[in-house]
Amino acid sequence: MKRSATSRREFLRLTTLGCAGLALGGVAVGAAGRGAIFTMPFLRIDPDNTVTVFCKHAEIGQGVWTGLSTLVADELDADWSQIRAESSPTGPLAYGNLAWDPTGHLQGTGGSTSIFNSWVQLREAGATARAMLVSAAAARWGVPPAEITVTAGVVTHAPSARRATFGELAGAAGRLPVPEAVTLKAARAFTLIGREGLSRLDGPAKTRGQEPYGIDQRLPGLKIAVLARPPRFGSTLKSVDASAAKAIKGVVEVVAIDRGVAVLADNTWAAIRGRDALRIEWDETAAETRGSGALLAEFRRLAQTGEALDVVQRGSTEAALAAATTRVAAEFEFPYLAHAPLEPLSATCVLSADRCEIWAGSQLQSGDVLNAAAVTGLRPDQILLHTLASGGSFGRRANPGSDFIRETVAIAKATGGRYPVKLIWTREDDLQGGMYRPMNLHRLEAGLDAHGQLTVLRQRIVGQAITLGTPFAALTVKNGVDVMATGGSAAEQYAIPNCHVTWTNPQVGIPVLWWRSVEHTHMAFSKEVLMDELARRAGQDPLTFRLALLKDNPRATAVLTLVAAKSGWGTPLPAGVGRGLALQESFGTVVAQVAEVRLVDGALRVDRVTCALDCGVAVNPDVIRAQMEGGIGFGLGAALRNEITLTDGRVDQRNFDGYPPLRMTDMPKRIDVHIVPSTNPPTGVGEPGVPPIAPAVANALFALTGKPVRKLPLQGNGDMPNFPSA
Amino acid sequence: MITLNINDRTVEVDVDPAMPLLWVLRDVLGLTSTKYGCGAALCGACTVQLNGQATRSCVLPVSALAGQRITTIEGLTGPVALAVQNAWIQGNVVQCGYCQGGQVLAAVTLLTANPRPADADIDAAMSGNVCRCATYYRIRAAIHAAASTLPETST
Repeated sequence: MKRSATSRREFLRLTTLGCAGLALGGVAVGAAGRGAIFTMPFLRIDPDNTVTVFCKHAEIGQGVWTGLSTLVADELDADWSQIRAESSPTGPLAYGNLAWDPTGHLQGTGGSTSIFNSWVQLREAGATARAMLVSAAAARWGVPPAEITVTAGVVTHAPSARRATFGELAGAAGRLPVPEAVTLKAARAFTLIGREGLSRLDGPAKTRGQEPYGIDQRLPGLKIAVLARPPRFGSTLKSVDASAAKAIKGVVEVVAIDRGVAVLADNTWAAIRGRDALRIEWDETAAETRGSGALLAEFRRLAQTGEALDVVQRGSTEAALAAATTRVAAEFEFPYLAHAPLEPLSATCVLSADRCEIWAGSQLQSGDVLNAAAVTGLRPDQILLHTLASGGSFGRRANPGSDFIRETVAIAKATGGRYPVKLIWTREDDLQGGMYRPMNLHRLEAGLDAHGQLTVLRQRIVGQAITLGTPFAALTVKNGVDVMATGGSAAEQYAIPNCHVTWTNPQVGIPVLWWRSVEHTHMAFSKEVLMDELARRAGQDPLTFRLALLKDNPRATAVLTLVAAKSGWGTPLPAGVGRGLALQESFGTVVAQVAEVRLVDGALRVDRVTCALDCGVAVNPDVIRAQMEGGIGFGLGAALRNEITLTDGRVDQRNFDGYPPLRMTDMPKRIDVHIVPSTNPPTGVGEPGVPPIAPAVANALFALTGKPVRKLPLQGNGDMPNFPSA
Repeated sequence: MITLNINDRTVEVDVDPAMPLLWVLRDVLGLTSTKYGCGAALCGACTVQLNGQATRSCVLPVSALAGQRITTIEGLTGPVALAVQNAWIQGNVVQCGYCQGGQVLAAVTLLTANPRPADADIDAAMSGNVCRCATYYRIRAAIHAAASTLPETST
């Protein structure tokens, strides 16, 4: 999800409104109701001096609990060691994602918006709590508030040498009125924002196996469900014979829901064996029965003759192409991709006549609540959703249709709420159950003038829409064009005078979804690979060629310049090593990467990656570096060998043998991340590290072999004939 | 009834003898820190130590385990474990964290046998443990960091 086009000024104004909500909600939320505690929507201070930050965004690995807590703790002048983080409740207005809906009605995590939309709101929450602690101390000591200082969790009145901890003041502070306005720190006064050496708050628990994930939820009498879904998308249930399944020890019930047939058992093993024993007939009348080859042929036909919508139109591409002295045309192919978070999808539900309680690694709480309400017939305020940590998501758990949560609730309903139900997707369900990064075909044509200047770009994108028809369309669909299928082209990111980018939305029955960095996963690739080819045709260095097209973009220029300097761009390389560059701005953050690759016995090795980025203020520099490293690995793994293919509508891949994930042996041995210093408000880092790596590697191969790579994944790729299988 | 030795405690379970250890741990005994990732010994999320060796519990029938010593991340103790977990925390290794119990168990197994692993040793010992967040770069650094705090001879 991309943040809306809301201007920065508008955003700040709306965020301030959000803070009024904070004050109004001051006592209602998160109160534990024990002893002298101080509770606000975003934090609680306990007598034992711990400060617990209630995080409205889902921790899916991106470090957001640490980031949000840093914003609160800095303005609170807390000591980092007293900070704890936990998921906020679902529902209250305070917890909406202000980048998606400034009125706070939409809670969810995505589009790398968490720190961006919380930047003012959570610092105000910390500053508000600090002001109340100071007021409480001033009243207790009979001194002016202005004489009180707060440092590292200690409130001090120096003239009288009095000190108190937050815990000692929390009870009194919590009884004070919430101040209407607070002043935020100037950047130079930050103590935790931007500081090196902060430990991730979730590090110890996750290292010791103590973090509870959605799939770990246990309740008395819990039954485990697995669901048999049709092998072809769009099929419906015709008949089921469950007699063999029910004969398996531990299987307690078999129920049909709209999405398939659920087997409930005392344990997961019995449920899986029970599902294996089902005999099901599916009605495939409406099923998608095409395979990958047929889809590609159709996409190719649509690229040439299909109707298309304008994404970008400026200048005259016809005239400019006719006038160009050099023209380059290229077609790019991208496969469907699965998110494959290591924790498979799972949710737990307890359903009664007037209440539905759900535990899940939810990433789109507001949608999940509405969908659960729709399934049960209950009101949204009767749905109680607990957000647990997620074992990865990469976009999969932010699902406007709430597939795994709807299924869980539907099974609970079909069983009459007789017992708590936990639905588990097996890995096979995960890879074969849909919601993929869409397959794409791009055709590009570009022209250089006699000076080697890029004057014209024409691009046709053929790929399924992601948000058309969802509640997100209001944010992401403009004039019928889904930004999440089409954004980030060279027409948007380089100063090219004549551009025409068009999009065809093919009608395919394969469910698709945003996948970490969304449209930029394919748009950055065709754009950046073409740029290197154009640079070569222009007889220019790829860096110089790009910089000439970025004269009006100081951020991108600074990032490119930094990555070039740090990577040793232009310095000699050992024989057999290629170096490639790529750049992409996504989610408000500019990232450039330089990859060094070798072919060892025909096998591709990425030895070193240098990364530079501008993400505004670096709230947690080490979390940012980690997101770049992880984004590089995530993008590289997919580029090397991941694809979801179909034969006659059936997904070919079943588990990690058919969809081989990046492993330790594939990871570059050296990754350096350099952050451009900035005082601008922070932008996202969860996704923007992904888009540049695949084109950087492809461009390094191009430098090495002279042959452009226009198809992903690299394995089994006609562009890379010697690339071995995994 | 099958008698198991898990984390130095004796437990008796009455389950299908073919049930993999993973589901016995998670669903029967409530030891949920051992994770399900693939069910086919392809990802390492379900790693436990069996008699001190890193082993995939998702394909290990419980009937084969009577009398053998099983250690899960909940029961992992000792100087090597402490060194590894400290290095993990100080290196900010975790992201989503779901694989990390298995990663820690694999790293402890490696360092117990080889207190000064080279990169190739780390590749060999750790390549069965998938991290979809791709924290491998920090895992490698943390293993080297943990090694530097341990005596050079096998423990």
